[in-house]
Amino acid sequence: MSIDILMPALSPTMEEGTLSKWLVKEGDKVVSGDLIAEIETDKATMEVEAIDDGVIGKILVNEGQEAIKVNVPIAILLLDGEDITDLNTELDEEKKDNKSIEKETIFETKLEDNEENIVTSPEHILNSEQKEEFLDTNNKRIFITPLAKRIAKQRDINISLLDGSGPNGRILKIDVEKINVNKNVKNINIVSPENFELVKNSAMRKTIADRLVKSKTEAPHFYLSIDCNIDELLNIRSVLNSKAKDKYKISVNDMIIKASSAALMKVPKANASWENENTKYFKTTDISVAVAIEGGLITPIIEDVQSKGLLEISKDMKSLVDKAKSGKLLPEEYVGGSFSISNLGMYGIKEFSAVINPPQGCILAIGSGEKRPVVIKEQIIIATIMTVTLSCDHRVVDGAVGAELLSEFKNFIENPSLMLL
Amino acid sequence: MTKNDYDLIVIGGGPGGYVAAIKASQLGMSVALVEDKHLGGICLNWGCIPTKALLRASEIRHMLDNVGEFGFTISNIEMDINNITKRSRKVAAQLSGGISHLLKKNKVHVFEGFGYLDKGTVDSKIIIIKTEKELIRKKAQNVIIATGARSRNLPFVSSDGINIWDYKTAMTPPKLPSSLIIIGSGAIGMEFASFYNDLGVNVTVVEALPSILPNEDEDISKIVENNFKKRGMNIKTNATLKSVKTHDKSVSTEVLVNGKIEKINSEKIILAIGIIANTENLGLNNYNIKIDKGHIITNEWLETDEKGIYAIGDVTAGPWLAHKASHEGILCVEKIAGHKNIIPIDKSSIPGCTYCRPQVASIGLTEKNAKSQNLNIKIGKFPFIGNGKAIALGDAEGMIKTIFNKDTGELIGAHMVGPEVTELIQGFSIAKKLETTEQELMHTIFPHPTLSESMHESVLDAYNQAIHY
Repeated sequence: MSIDILMPALSPTMEEGTLSKWLVKEGDKVVSGDLIAEIETDKATMEVEAIDDGVIGKILVNEGQEAIKVNVPIAILLLDGEDITDLNTELDEEKKDNKSIEKETIFETKLEDNEENIVTSPEHILNSEQKEEFLDTNNKRIFITPLAKRIAKQRDINISLLDGSGPNGRILKIDVEKINVNKNVKNINIVSPENFELVKNSAMRKTIADRLVKSKTEAPHFYLSIDCNIDELLNIRSVLNSKAKDKYKISVNDMIIKASSAALMKVPKANASWENENTKYFKTTDISVAVAIEGGLITPIIEDVQSKGLLEISKDMKSLVDKAKSGKLLPEEYVGGSFSISNLGMYGIKEFSAVINPPQGCILAIGSGEKRPVVIKEQIIIATIMTVTLSCDHRVVDGAVGAELLSEFKNFIENPSLMLL
Repeated sequence: MTKNDYDLIVIGGGPGGYVAAIKASQLGMSVALVEDKHLGGICLNWGCIPTKALLRASEIRHMLDNVGEFGFTISNIEMDINNITKRSRKVAAQLSGGISHLLKKNKVHVFEGFGYLDKGTVDSKIIIIKTEKELIRKKAQNVIIATGARSRNLPFVSSDGINIWDYKTAMTPPKLPSSLIIIGSGAIGMEFASFYNDLGVNVTVVEALPSILPNEDEDISKIVENNFKKRGMNIKTNATLKSVKTHDKSVSTEVLVNGKIEKINSEKIILAIGIIANTENLGLNNYNIKIDKGHIITNEWLETDEKGIYAIGDVTAGPWLAHKASHEGILCVEKIAGHKNIIPIDKSSIPGCTYCRPQVASIGLTEKNAKSQNLNIKIGKFPFIGNGKAIALGDAEGMIKTIFNKDTGELIGAHMVGPEVTELIQGFSIAKKLETTEQELMHTIFPHPTLSESMHESVLDAYNQAIHY
């Protein structure tokens, strides 16, 4: 006979713990009192002692395994004279016993019992996530007829939430079928086809999806926000536009593009992208500007902003937006760029954080300019404030670099004449 | 509140009524049962049971005629129809006596007389029992109407008990006729056809619909029809009886067959064209009880529109089968007793049996019905000729057909014709009740060698996995 070493309760309230370290390995001889493992609870890490003499026959849980319930076997201790083959036979027999029991319970099966043999093609196999949903959370035995079970499975109905109308609450076909029409069930995963419309994903939507998923999964984002007073910027803009004689119209956005470029030139470490083996530092500021178009968005690029004046930026922007909206952008007009700007200010969005446009290192999210009370020289005055948020790829831009960039940006926005330098 | 004499009064002592009365008493109610003629009703006295006794005799006759196949030689077989009917009556009497004993044992008060409803209140219904001597007045909180049905006549012809027989005369013929016309090919008609044919009577079957046993699956009907024709029966389908003339010792009929009038003569004629519910003179108009197409309307718990008044069995909507009546009796009594967790009857799970030779048994939808409901189906068929036990018995004609819902694996119909299939069908009844899919049926171990292996093979065949076919 071998002895199961059980997960000990190290405190009266302990229900489960993590096996942080094994201090023995299979085949080690232990005597009562030897330390065999370290267990970590939510409160402390403690050591487990052997309670009998013998040989560690089999280790049943891996190091680092979490949430092991108290009294679950964690290892098997072989007593004098036993060897590992005895143990294997025992384990095999146990397995067989379990199998025969499974087969007996035809009508009152637990849900996790497999029905692989009825599946005729791989796509019918529930993935592990679906299977988990199908389990009762308490691992409670659910009484259900085979037909009801199959129909529930076909319709992705969570049967642990159903009330059975059969003997002893057994779930019948009628109980599964009525949840289409009867709302007394707590949680239904079914959406009837009248309630939605399927729209085929366009190539653009798929590209957006791929790129954003890549960005959010690969680039470790962090976010920095700063408030900018734009009263001075608005003043200069209205002066410039008052001289335009309808030949041009400078937007706040044009000025933000210019300020971004100026800031990036001051903090070139932020004008960068991650290329695994190398980090690429750009020498020019090519600013991608997010433009909403029918069915998605696109980021046309204004190149060499550092060498362009507001007028040229404004003209470029207008032409690129027109092309974007009519679908006439050339690839070189939207592929590339060193930095992105996304502006939702015109929708009254106060602030937001944007997803980095890979492989770039940063994106600046612009909120709306709104009048807010601010304290200047111990006085509360009204100022037009715009909150911007910089999302940085931490692989290339560290917090201090990002902060420096934002601070420079704020400086240019609040003192627009500096952009002339 | 008026004091009631009983918690429940049941009108009618057939397989619906007496079962309901016993069950109610077992659940602690005070119960009275009112029966006009004979305990056990038509089923036990003039239906299911005595006809089975008769068919046992014709089966034996068929065996005796074929003993050569088994290595025997018998000569001078003599048959006395009076002894055959005498045994049939004895069987019925024995069982009727048994019912009387069961009711007494379960403390059900039995009143012999005709019971009907008189005006009462919501909590106190009044039943008048008209006996030979007096009118008895009893009050009950609940009433179950289980008055059954009787055989139907045609507008131009009614049974006279001499040359035009109803089921009663057909069960107790004074002598065997030389020839017999049977109008109607439902279960009752087919059983008499088989019985009289095996006893050597020249039988003609007249059926208005395109096939005999018109409620059965077409494949099954076809096998029975071929068997009957082989045995020398004259089968007329798409045939309507137009007139009957009775003579001293014979009848002459005109039958419209496929648009042409045929004259068919015989010694006797049996009317087996269906039933009419016994709803007359029951005082139903004293309460809110509605009738549709001659039958009392109830909800799924067998309650009429009048609270506390229930109706079960042949007096309600079909199928008109004794086992359906009994189950309804149990169900409505449990409802009265306030039981939870009871389930209304699923009419697609009521088996039906016909005890002609070969026997027919079925449950659920026929192929035609399933298709008309646009169900996506899988069909399995297995002939008894592939079954060892059937061949050993010398009775391998017939087949088992199973119908599954292709999408869910639900067994939606099973149809059988052949040896002892009336005893086999319950396997599929249980399967349906427990809501098995084809998987459980496939993985059930059927004993060898038995006729039931054909059930297994039929299921396997539905999924193209039959071994012996």
